[in-house]
Amino acid sequence: MSKTKYILGLFEDPDEMMHGIDLLQKNSVPIYDVFTPMPIHGIERKLGIKDSRLGYAAFMFGCLGGTTIFSMAYYMLVHDWPMNIGGKPAFAIPDFIPITFEWTVLFTAFGMTLTFFFATHLFPGRTPRVMDLRATDDRFVIAIDAKGSTPHEDITKILKDAGAVEVKHNDRKYVSYE
Amino acid sequence: MKTSHSFDEQFHFQGKAKTWSLVLIVIGLIGILGGFALGYGERTFANLLLMGYYFTCVCICGVFFCAVQYVAQAGWSASILRIPQAFGKALPVAAVILLAIIFLGLSIHHTGINEYGKQTVLPYLYKGWSLSGVTTKGDPNYDHLIAAKSRFLNVPFFAIRLVLYLVSYAILGRLIVKYSENEDSLGGMFNYKKSFNVSVIFLVVFGFTIPLFAFDTIMSLEAQWFSTMFGWYNFAALWVGGLSVITYTIIKLRENGYVQWITEDHLHNLGQLIFGFSVFWTYLWFAQFLLTWYANIPEEAAYFYRRWEPQFIWWFWLNIVINFGGPLLVLMSRDSKRAVKVLKAACVMLILGHWLDYWQMIMPGATGPQAHWYNEIGPLEIAIFLGFAGLFMFTVLTALSKFKSLIPKKHPLLEESLHHHI
Repeated sequence: MSKTKYILGLFEDPDEMMHGIDLLQKNSVPIYDVFTPMPIHGIERKLGIKDSRLGYAAFMFGCLGGTTIFSMAYYMLVHDWPMNIGGKPAFAIPDFIPITFEWTVLFTAFGMTLTFFFATHLFPGRTPRVMDLRATDDRFVIAIDAKGSTPHEDITKILKDAGAVEVKHNDRKYVSYE
Repeated sequence: MKTSHSFDEQFHFQGKAKTWSLVLIVIGLIGILGGFALGYGERTFANLLLMGYYFTCVCICGVFFCAVQYVAQAGWSASILRIPQAFGKALPVAAVILLAIIFLGLSIHHTGINEYGKQTVLPYLYKGWSLSGVTTKGDPNYDHLIAAKSRFLNVPFFAIRLVLYLVSYAILGRLIVKYSENEDSLGGMFNYKKSFNVSVIFLVVFGFTIPLFAFDTIMSLEAQWFSTMFGWYNFAALWVGGLSVITYTIIKLRENGYVQWITEDHLHNLGQLIFGFSVFWTYLWFAQFLLTWYANIPEEAAYFYRRWEPQFIWWFWLNIVINFGGPLLVLMSRDSKRAVKVLKAACVMLILGHWLDYWQMIMPGATGPQAHWYNEIGPLEIAIFLGFAGLFMFTVLTALSKFKSLIPKKHPLLEESLHHHI
């Protein structure tokens, strides 16, 4: 039983990598993930990745921010310590709108950043999950789970045929973990 | 999916579209004649100004859209440029009509009620400052606020300014269209560079003069009042209204079998612009409102005081509900911007919404309140709106049918636009 956990195909050229994805899909080899140093147009559709749900998170954070500050402003300016400012009523809704808007934006921005960090393991203090270090530099990497039914030599051959400059058989999933 | 398109495809303006545009123009003419015959002269003129301004703004927006795309060197929009270019071609007609309405409104007088409720002889439009004797000390019509502004706000200078703005927009718009048409036969970068240069000039001219254009045409209807925000607020209305009309026109053309290279991706981009700038419009609307409301200085609050009359208040709030709430609820999600029917409905809503926006800027100052809130928008408003819609259809579609191809086929960034995908 081989100790290989993941097979990585490293490409120099994004078009060759896309070709590699085609070949793997044609041979029914399931692809675990693809890592590229820059965004590749149309790759999500090709890999069948579902639309991101970050937008829903953003909406929820926005609602949270808006309600938080509106309740705070209401408590402070209407309930706890009403003041006469320019003869306006204490509960002057137009005055509340700029700060409500600002906090909605603030919570949305921070919330989206935190969600993204959390989902991608980039949160400060967490070790980032990297399968091949050069994927952040100049290599386009296709990762394949070695548990699949396709023989490893066949996968290597498909990747080489597509133009992979290097094929790695890794025993560990993430090289970044000590 | 169709993979190849004929770029020599031409638009044929005939059949149902032509009949409908002419029918609408006739409805408009009946409305105008009826308005004058039944003694609603002032209201008819106010509606003419409203629609003349709206028509001009939409046409200016066509030029502005092209100019922005050229200056940003945007690739995605290359294949849709002919539609805003057709708007730009219709701009001279719109400008002449607007100028004719304004000059007739200034020169034809009638007996009516002035700003202070007194009966006197007034011009139909801009009665606040173009009334005779309004700047003469001792005259019963004298108004010191207007007199102080009269070095800027007097009929000859006003006329010169308006003509200058519109002529410069029309000429620069015409040049943008001309270079793009030359490009079709010549190809290469020569005409693209020229388009870029003339677009830069247009944006500078436009940026400095469009607030003044709004100040002159619309804000001076209530000449005692002023708001520095008003120009940008009008610009936002122009941009959102114009984008909605551009998008609507494209969807209609697509439905009729033209411009099949324009995909959901292009419409998605247009939807994003409409959504984003609707929020921008709201931002400006609110910025103007909040400061006026907060400071509550009588000469500033006069504008909102008029719109707080029971006849206007509901329309005033409806304006912000349609133009902010509408796009916020309808256009926020990605799917709805890509669903052509939803986008089309949103465009119709915003076209009507910005009509209401212009309407509530103009009517309280130009005619004052009617008897009831439900009398405010009647057959006269609808007929003149339809008339101008017909006129717009007729002029823009005629301009579109004169293009030798419905796509700038040698635009250097065309391939990018044809493969646009988001």
